[in-house]
Amino acid sequence: MRYTFLLYTDPADIADRTPEDWQTEKQAYGAYIGALKAAGVFVDTDWLQPVQTATTISLKCGSKQVQDGPFADTKETLGGYFVVDVADLDVAMAWAEKCPAAKSGKVEIRASALATE
Amino acid sequence: MIDAPRAAEIAARDSYGRILAYLSARTHDIASAEDALADAFAKALTNWPKKGVPSNPDAWLLTVARNRLTDRQRHTTKFPTVSEIPDIPAPDLNNGSLEDQRLSLLMVCAHPAIAADLHTPLMLQIVLGIEAKIIAQLFLMPPTALSKRLVRAKAKIRDSGIPFHIPDAENLPERSNAILEAIYALHSHDWLDPADGMGEEALYLANLMCKFLPNEAEVFGLSALIAFSHARRTARVVDGVLVPIEQQNTEDWDDDLISYGNRHLNHAYGLASIGRFQIEAAIESVHLSRKETRTTNWDALNKLFHAHLKFAPSAGAAVSQAVVTANLHGAEAGLKTLDKLEQQVGTGFQPLWAARAELLSRSGQMEKAFECYDKAISLATHVPVIRFLKNKQAKLIL
Repeated sequence: MRYTFLLYTDPADIADRTPEDWQTEKQAYGAYIGALKAAGVFVDTDWLQPVQTATTISLKCGSKQVQDGPFADTKETLGGYFVVDVADLDVAMAWAEKCPAAKSGKVEIRASALATE
Repeated sequence: MIDAPRAAEIAARDSYGRILAYLSARTHDIASAEDALADAFAKALTNWPKKGVPSNPDAWLLTVARNRLTDRQRHTTKFPTVSEIPDIPAPDLNNGSLEDQRLSLLMVCAHPAIAADLHTPLMLQIVLGIEAKIIAQLFLMPPTALSKRLVRAKAKIRDSGIPFHIPDAENLPERSNAILEAIYALHSHDWLDPADGMGEEALYLANLMCKFLPNEAEVFGLSALIAFSHARRTARVVDGVLVPIEQQNTEDWDDDLISYGNRHLNHAYGLASIGRFQIEAAIESVHLSRKETRTTNWDALNKLFHAHLKFAPSAGAAVSQAVVTANLHGAEAGLKTLDKLEQQVGTGFQPLWAARAELLSRSGQMEKAFECYDKAISLATHVPVIRFLKNKQAKLIL
């Protein structure tokens, strides 16, 4: 089953990180990606620019609406994601727990609604 | 110990749970499996009286439910990418009985991805087939709200890939503990209102867990605890008034359940892995031995409550410990312990005020005791407890 991990953090929590901290964080993610790949469950990942760079588009009201910013202002913002392919939610939860983002924020686990072959 | 109607009920419940576990393990769609099985039971009610009960009722029910499920899936499948028609193989009914997969189903009900307060309601509905309306009454929840939450939980179980399996050895203790906690919650519920019959259900589920996990000490500890507590079901509340355990009429205690509990507790001790349920059961067992010895062994209780507070600290156990201290070392010692406890739990804990009132009256401070009973009565929410406290207060000689 394919699962997406949505990585949420409160920017205030990581505001005082030093360049060394970021270096360590990058290494932690590198190791995590390595572990996912070694286990043969890695599908995709990305690290996103901060939420203030977001642009939100909607056609819901009939015409195109462009909003400078995220669709909802929340304390915790989406900073990146992982897509993994594992057997079930137990395994997905085990991997999400190992994700570095779980230490500094929250990892939301969502199963894919499309069948995986 | 078990009367005939109850035995028939258990047999029906047993096959309901087994068939449902079998069907839903393959489709992960509990709601559809429940519907199909309900249809099968309805069909049985009209068919069996006319044509006679089939030689293997479980196999008959399963076949009807399986066909029903496959038909329905075929009708509702619009997008083959989302839901495939499940391939439900005909089960291997060796010796005429269906492989019991209810442990996997219990694991699903108490899965960490499901809100903890739904674990017990899910177990009652899915594994025991109890109506949502009755569960809602038990937990004092609006029936429609509970039904909605149960429907949502089942959709999550289906769509999020919660596995229908028994976890590996590493995760088994934590996962089975979640099931035990949910059964314990049911048992605690029954404590003051034995009339709702949930003690029987808790006993049934605990016994089921013993069959599935015969080497887990805490499973047997919980089963013993529930049996001991249930043994006292008619003695706990008399004429609508709570009776404390050390004052209960031992003639009202159920000997069969006591020996059942003792067997399970001894089995647990044999597995040499102590835990809170075994300690709580041991505390009950000390109280129950009063039936033989005619006296309460406060020294043994003191040791056990110390262990209880170490393994599973709780305000309730701490209050009981203070009362034990008072019985061993005098009311003043108990009152001191309660004062210390109040600093931790605050002034809103009813059992603390009830215990304080009792100990104050023992040390002759009747007016203070009267005030503490007032406070305890104002904080009490169960009628038998309120009546008990009022009786005690009325007996104070001021």
